[in-house]
Amino acid sequence: MNGGQDLGGAHGHGPVTPEPNEPVFHAEWEKRAFALTLAMGAPGGWNIDMSRFARENRPPGEYLSMTYYQIWLAGLEKLMSERGLVSPEEVAAGHPIGAAKPVPRTLSAADVAKVLYRGGPTERETNKAARFAVGDRVRAKNMHSVTHTRLPRYVRGHVGTIERVLGCHVFPDSNSLGLGENPQWLYTVRFDGRELWGADGDPSVKVSVDAWEPYLDPA
Amino acid sequence: MAHDHDDHDHGSELSETEIRVRALESVLTEKGYVDPAALDLLIETYEKKVGPHNGARVIAKAWNDPDFRSRLLEDATPAIASVGYAGRQGEHIVALENTRKLHNMVVCTLCSCYPWPVLGLPPVWYKSAPYRSKAVIDPRGVLKDFGVELPAETEIRIWDSTAEIRYLVVPQRPAGTEGWSEERLASLVTRDSMIGTGLPKSPADVQ
Repeated sequence: MNGGQDLGGAHGHGPVTPEPNEPVFHAEWEKRAFALTLAMGAPGGWNIDMSRFARENRPPGEYLSMTYYQIWLAGLEKLMSERGLVSPEEVAAGHPIGAAKPVPRTLSAADVAKVLYRGGPTERETNKAARFAVGDRVRAKNMHSVTHTRLPRYVRGHVGTIERVLGCHVFPDSNSLGLGENPQWLYTVRFDGRELWGADGDPSVKVSVDAWEPYLDPA
Repeated sequence: MAHDHDDHDHGSELSETEIRVRALESVLTEKGYVDPAALDLLIETYEKKVGPHNGARVIAKAWNDPDFRSRLLEDATPAIASVGYAGRQGEHIVALENTRKLHNMVVCTLCSCYPWPVLGLPPVWYKSAPYRSKAVIDPRGVLKDFGVELPAETEIRIWDSTAEIRYLVVPQRPAGTEGWSEERLASLVTRDSMIGTGLPKSPADVQ
């Protein structure tokens, strides 16, 4: 979606302000929001692309005015509410109102280290041949999905070069909608700064994105 | 996005969020969906165990061991796993080597993708609108925000982490560190130097 999350190249956000000796979390509630989000992945049954869509799918003004963990929290509440796991009324009340819905599994303390170490690899075996090879010229499609996609606006319509072939990976545009993993070949596509930003672009800059095959046309 | 650390200035807003998170945790615990001990362990893992000190060990090893450096640049995920780091948000890692002529910088313009097993959780600025918007269009301006200026002829490569590939920058080894142990070398490797918004410390900085 062309939402508030798609920030590449936007102006007006001011300078980057690093915080010296920054702590990992800035408040107790951030720790809990972070951990609740990770822990609810098991009983919730959603995938990372659904999580990202739940976070970004809100008015841009709202997205930009929330802090990072406020966005995580809102995304988590949305995912749980959609699945009937926790209602907004229960969050407001601070205790369960209805009976707990059966869930496939939960994350126990004993499994935390193992689950984190395993992670969630997205590369999949395939019989399909990759359409593009290193060095091929490709054009990022001019496409405007209203749902989740990972092709940023600033590269759409522009021509770049395939720099790496990264294997066949779960396709977020399908996976975020619960339509299956639909694995697609994934490439690193390199663009010249001036191709993206015009004559005023810095000629010493090159920018690459990782783009799935359905995002690309031969150029 | 708003800066998380600005929250201190908005007491009422913060307490509203705080109350909401507490309520949510109560509901989820009472329903049996989460185990509070697992939550504590998740927090402890990313607050205490996993952080940029992991990545610094990897970089120091690459500086010191040419065979490891080759393996890291060829296929970083198994190379990094051989040092003991793997898993969530680092399932597919690519290492990017800085040289005299080339400087790499990593961003995630769409959200906050970051190589957790080697760098831990991202700092606020990495997730913020200023960095995510500016890194791809004005990387030299971003470097200036960090107090770093590179020669005009240095090529700058920006890697926008739009998929599940996570990037780790291998900074140039500082001069004057010949014969240093890996442990000592690791003390020069900063988090920002592994993102590409900074350079490693020099020997003078740590003596």
